[in-house]
Parts: sequence; structure tokens; C-alpha cells
Amino acid sequence: MRAPVLTFTDRGIFCPAGGFHIDPWRPVDRALITHGHADHARPGHGHYLATQQAAPVIRHRLGNIVIDTIRYGETLRIGDAAVSFHPAGHIPGSAQIRVAVAGEVWVVSGDYKVAPDGLSEPFEPLPCHSFITECTFGLPVFKWPDQAKVARDLNAWWAGNAAAGKTALLGAYSLGKAQRLMKMLNTDIGPLLTHGAVEATNAVLRAQGYTLPDTQQVTPDLRIKDHPGALVIAPPAALGTPWARKLGASSTGFASGWMRLRGVRRRRAADRGFVLSDHADWDGLLSAIRTTGAENIYATHGYTDIFARALTEMGWNAQVVPTQFGGDEDSAEEAAA
Amino acid sequence: MKDFANLFTTLDQTTRTSLKTQALAAYFTDAADTDKLWTIALFSGRRPKRAVTTTQLREWAAEKAGVPLWLLEESYPIVGDLAETIALILPEAAATSDLPLSHWINTLRALSNVPPEERKHQILAAWDQLDATERFLFNKLITGGFRIGVSQKLMTRALAQATGQDEASLAHRLMGGWTPDTTTYHALIEAEDKAADLSRPYPFYLAYQLDDTPDALGDPADWQAEWKWDGIRGQLILRAGEHHIWSRGEELITDRFPELARAKDFLPDGTVLDGEIVTWDGTAPMSFNTLQSRIGRKTVPKKLLKDAPVILLAYDLLEENGQDLRGTPLRERRAHLDKLLANLPPDAPLKPSAPIPFTNWQSLSDTRAKSREMRAEGLMLKRLDSPYLAGRKKGDWWKWKLDPLTIDAVMIYAQQGHGRRANLFTDFTFAVWQGNDLVPFTKAYSGLTDVEFTQITAWVRKNTLQRFGPVRQVRPEHVFEIAFEGIFESPRHKSGVALRFPRMARWRHDKPVAEANTLDDLRAILTAYA
Repeated sequence: MRAPVLTFTDRGIFCPAGGFHIDPWRPVDRALITHGHADHARPGHGHYLATQQAAPVIRHRLGNIVIDTIRYGETLRIGDAAVSFHPAGHIPGSAQIRVAVAGEVWVVSGDYKVAPDGLSEPFEPLPCHSFITECTFGLPVFKWPDQAKVARDLNAWWAGNAAAGKTALLGAYSLGKAQRLMKMLNTDIGPLLTHGAVEATNAVLRAQGYTLPDTQQVTPDLRIKDHPGALVIAPPAALGTPWARKLGASSTGFASGWMRLRGVRRRRAADRGFVLSDHADWDGLLSAIRTTGAENIYATHGYTDIFARALTEMGWNAQVVPTQFGGDEDSAEEAAA
Repeated sequence: MKDFANLFTTLDQTTRTSLKTQALAAYFTDAADTDKLWTIALFSGRRPKRAVTTTQLREWAAEKAGVPLWLLEESYPIVGDLAETIALILPEAAATSDLPLSHWINTLRALSNVPPEERKHQILAAWDQLDATERFLFNKLITGGFRIGVSQKLMTRALAQATGQDEASLAHRLMGGWTPDTTTYHALIEAEDKAADLSRPYPFYLAYQLDDTPDALGDPADWQAEWKWDGIRGQLILRAGEHHIWSRGEELITDRFPELARAKDFLPDGTVLDGEIVTWDGTAPMSFNTLQSRIGRKTVPKKLLKDAPVILLAYDLLEENGQDLRGTPLRERRAHLDKLLANLPPDAPLKPSAPIPFTNWQSLSDTRAKSREMRAEGLMLKRLDSPYLAGRKKGDWWKWKLDPLTIDAVMIYAQQGHGRRANLFTDFTFAVWQGNDLVPFTKAYSGLTDVEFTQITAWVRKNTLQRFGPVRQVRPEHVFEIAFEGIFESPRHKSGVALRFPRMARWRHDKPVAEANTLDDLRAILTAYA
């Protein structure tokens, strides 16, 4: 019997025919990277391969690495494998990776969402035999409201704070979520300020040609009084720190798929939670899986046990991908999702 | 329901008390009387009688959502609340509704009179006209437990703002055994107080914990010290020839302690006492464990009455000859109390909780160290010129508890919490060594910071050895210092002991598992203190 197109090792997903890993978590010789988030693009690999759009951020984050780039849709032969990257709709530059060996096609989804967000290259469904899917939000309680509605709520919250003379402080992951939010915000309400981590990512993305609204970084000499009605976007870890307190009377908001759950909203102790995720919701996952036409589904990153069992009952041949996270979502991702 | 849902959303979106009070006051100004009455009822722990079971709700919701029941069940511990799980899992409603809160409550109450199949139909119909928040609240009406960060105190303050009435007298009106069926908003809040329920208790005055030494309290001569008994706080009311006993949780517990009925034989009508109900061996309180055997029972078998008889150790007099004494200083209330309880026969089911004489804080500190011998948890310090206030107020009453007992134990099982702690591992089982085995002896849920719970959650996920439903057996790697207030022999437990109020005092990162305490250590504490 032929070896499978992709196997699961203690370093991550491996392709025996091509001799490469995909989003490995331990150093390997050759790594194909779906996108720049820290749990997918890790330091220490010999060679990196990522999309042209994802590479600048990966370089920015990992420093001096050897990285080749590939266009979306371009096919590259690595050993006996034909490899191509296709939009995953997760963040700018994010990709699903398609691997074909002797006519058998596997797709690694990376992180993805099905609905377009106005910034990331929209998700492209890929027919395949086997689909390795994330399932961060793979429970039927996760259903996302329309992005336009979330935008209305966000802007109403910002305008209310501006009218009350308060700074609006919005916690969001600095790569992807922050920029997506910027495009949803109505900058007629007031100035957009950013935390340094967000601004550094903005600079990288702008240099690539992504259009973002004007922003100004909150530097030590910035006086918040000079920016009435401002909205500040910062990574979640910055909320509640001395840096945030310097912003004076502020209302805090938090944008994440986890805000769908009241318990998490209360734990975050933010004034407002906005349900906005860069991952697919339950219906999104199921529709993506359906459109691949795949028979074999491998669930990774999330409620894998539950999700795989549900897929099995729906008729798929579904299995759990063993990961170093022991199968559950890890709490660092709570902020990012 | 929209107004109530908006109120809920506002309350849920802020952690600021002032904003919550403001939102509630606005609601109490604008809403219809029936909605106001039900809102007061819900926020004070009253709810409509449950007409459908949560099992039925789960089944109907899963069916309506087109998911298997097990998938709903698996989602529940992650969401952390059944009412919310159901609200989130259902498909979007087909319609909207402007009907008020009281309409939906009446719908639920009418359910007990309709055939089962019709009940399902009505619940599904309700779900289909309510948005996610309204649905959550509707489900909460059925499942109960409206914990949304609104204390009774906060609600009372808002009600005072909205009605212009005095907060303390409103607090008194809200006490007692009323339900929305037995009263109206007008009768409860607005009407003249003449027909006031004779059984109505006064709001309890609650002490703050003294974390430091009492030196900062000033002159010892201004203070009264008492034992802090380890019993149940109770208010005994004698009015119009009847007696009533209220627990601190505002539960009427008269029938659970029939011994106290004899108080009527010794005390005049128009008397209200505040004190501690304890089991009594004739000369001293028995262990809290003995009292535990009485707490859950609504009717008490004869043998138990004989083995675990209770008395009231009274420490305050709130009403005498029908007069409210709460405004007078403790010094005077105490004098009246002592006079009232002087010369009671030894078999009377009540005794004064005698003040402890002391001249300086140091000598009192020495007395406090003997609390466990007295079967007390520590001391109470009360300012002699203080009135009897309502609720937890800082300054005049302090509880000065003994330092807890502690033992170092190994975490062996973990389970996820509920509500705000959903999706976090917060409920743990701990074990001590017996030879090479770890013997579980207690559970604990509290004492860690949110950051620590997050850390331990990540660890549990990576170190699960086995799953038993929601419970995970974890690698025995972490030692915690478990603090507790008391220890008892317990044949029901594998370890043979039961702890009172166990919690995690410290995560002992410094301590290897092998150095955790043993069952013999635990038994030594049992021998010393039980």
C-alpha cells in the first residue's frame, strides 16, 4: 500500500512524498506555512515557504529566516508532490495548502473563515479527497452575526463614547483582526490610534499594498487629550496595563468569536464584547467541508473530539489529528480567535 | 420582554454599580407594575414554578436545532449555562414579539395545566418569537438562577431611587415569604405598611472580615467581643402568638427547628432576636457536622431531635414589645436582651451568647486562640454604640476568625466551572498520600486568581490521563495548600474525613508531589480538633 499523502508526526503534518512539513511546531528542514500567526509560523526551520502576501509579516515576526514565496494558485513540485496555496479568508495572506501526489489530493485548511471580511483574500473552496480542517469553533452554539451588524454595533459604541468624552479602547489580535476592524470602523467618528504592536503590522501590510485607514501610534509622548473621541486598537494583553490606563477615562471593548459566550465576556470584564471571529463558525465549517467533496476529514485545533464525532454521525470518515495541544483549544488562542 | 432584555443587556455590559443602579431605577420608573413585581421577584431569588423539566428543554432544543442531543450536552459545559446553550443553539427566530415579561411568565405558569404535547408546542412557539437575549432570559425563567451581578441591595437602592422611598424600609418590605401571587407591586412597595406580614424579618446586619489585628479599632472599652459560633445565623420572631425563624438567606426555616417553638413559653409577644442556631449537648455547642444532619431536613425524626437538639444562642434584640430597637445602641439592646433572657430555666431552647470580658486587644487575641476548644470559628467584635444596620456595612461589626487549618494536597481530578468560569478548569479534587497511593479527601473550587485558573486550565488540557464524562483525571503533578475551617469524621468518604469550607490557599509551585501531606497528617488534625 502507498504511503498516505500526509501523515501526522510529533513535529506536525508531514508529506513523505515531498519531504516537507506544514505549520510544524518543532524545527524542521523545510516548512510550508499557512499564515503568520504564532501558533502556525514558528521560529527555527531551515527553509520557509509562504504566499507572497504572508511572507512579509512572517519575516517581520521571525527575523532572519530563509523564506521562499509562492503566488496563490501557482503549482510547485516538491519531490513527488504538487503543492499549491489558496486563499483561506482568515487574515491577509493566509492560505490553505493543497498537496497532490499521484492524483490523490489533500488540503490543509490552516485557519479559515468562509464569509468575506473586506480585507483578506476570500476563502476558495478546493475539491479534495482528504481535508484537514481546523475546528476552533466547531460547536453548534457558535454562529456569527452578520459583519455589517457588528460594524453598526461597533460604531454606535465608539460614537457613544466619543459623545461622552471617553476614549474607546478595543482589544484585538494585532495581525488580522486589528486591520479588519479598522476597515469596519467609521473614521468620521474620530481619530484611530494604535498600540505599537498593531502599528508595526499595519506598516508591513501597507507596504504590501493593503489599503488601511490612517492610524497614529500611541507613543509615550502622545497626549490623549489632543485626540478627543479617539478609538484605540491594542492587543488583548495590553488591556488593563499601565499603558492602557494612560488613555484616561475609557470604555473597553473586545472583538472575538469567544464573545459569543457570556461566561467569557464576563471573565474578560470588558465593557463590551463584539462577536467577530476570523475562524469559521459551525455552519461555515460544515459548508466548507461539504464543498470540498472530501470523504476523509481530519479535525485539528479546537473541540476536535466533539467535532469529529459529529461529522462521523453525519456520514464522513472523520478523525482527530493529534496535536501537541492535547486536542483542545489553548487559552492563548482565546485572544486571537 | 424587550424592555426586560434591554435592562438585562445594560446590566450585563457594565461592571459599574452606579450604571447598574441607574438602569434598574429607569426600569422601575417606566415598566408596568406586573413587570416590576416580577423583576423584583426574580432578582430576589423567586421564580415561577417549573412546569417543564430541563431534560425536556434539552430534547426539544436539540430537535429544533437539528443537532443530536449529545452534541447539545457536550456544548453545555463549554458554554457553562444551560439556558444560554439552548438560546445559542436554536435557529434564528422567525418572528419578533412585543409582549411583556409578565406575559411570558404567565405562559410558563399556565403550562402545568396543559397536556405535555401542548407544553412542547408552546415552548417552541415562544423560542420562535424571541431573539437570542430574550430567549436566554425566557429559558432562565424556567431553569432558574438569575445571577447577573445584581444584589438585592443594589436592586433595593434602585427601587428607592425610583420610588423616592427610604432604602432601609424598602429592604424590610422585600423580606419575607411573599411571591408575585400573594401580593401586588402596590401592596408590596407602595401601600401603607399596616397590613405588613407579621412574619416579616428585619434585614440581617452582616459583619466584615477583620484581616489585621484589632489595634486599629481604637479603645477596647468601646467594643464588645463574642464568640463567633459555627452554626446557622437565625432570626427568631415572636408576634401575634406565632413564632417564625428566618435564615440569613431569607429562608423560612421555622419547621426545621421545632425545639425553638417553646421560645413562646418564655418570651413575650413582640420580640425579635438575632442569634446563632447551634446543636447543644446541654453545656456547649456540638460540632457543625451534627448541625449538618439537621439542616437539610424539613421534618425531623424523634431520634434526631434527641441526638442533635438545637438552641438559639441570642446576641441581639431587634424588637421588644413590638418596638423596633434597631436604632438604639448595641449597649442598650444588649442590656434589654440580658434582662429578657435572665432567669430562663436550663431546658429553655435559648440562651444569651455571653459577651467575653477583656481589657486589651492582646488578652483578647489570646482568648481568640482558644476558639476551636469552644467550638467557635473565632470572635465577633461589635462597637457598643452601634445601631443595627442592614446588610454588610463596614465599621461597626467585625468577624475576627481564626486562621484556617491547612494541608498540602495533590490535585488528581479537574472539572470545568460554570457561568463566568465556563470553559475553565476550576473544580478540583485533592488527595493525600497513604503509602504509595493518593487518597482523595476533598474538592475545592475557590482561592486561585483568574490568571492561575487560566494556567492550570492549559495544563489540565495537556495532562489529562483519562476522562470520566466531564471529569478529567490529571497527572498528579501539582501541590496546593488547602485551607479549611473544620474537620470531621465521615464514614461516607474514602478518606474517612470531611472538611468544612475547603479552598485553595496557595499553589505550592515550590513543593514536589512526594512531599505533599499524608492521610496520617490529616487524621492527626482530626484528632486534635474534631
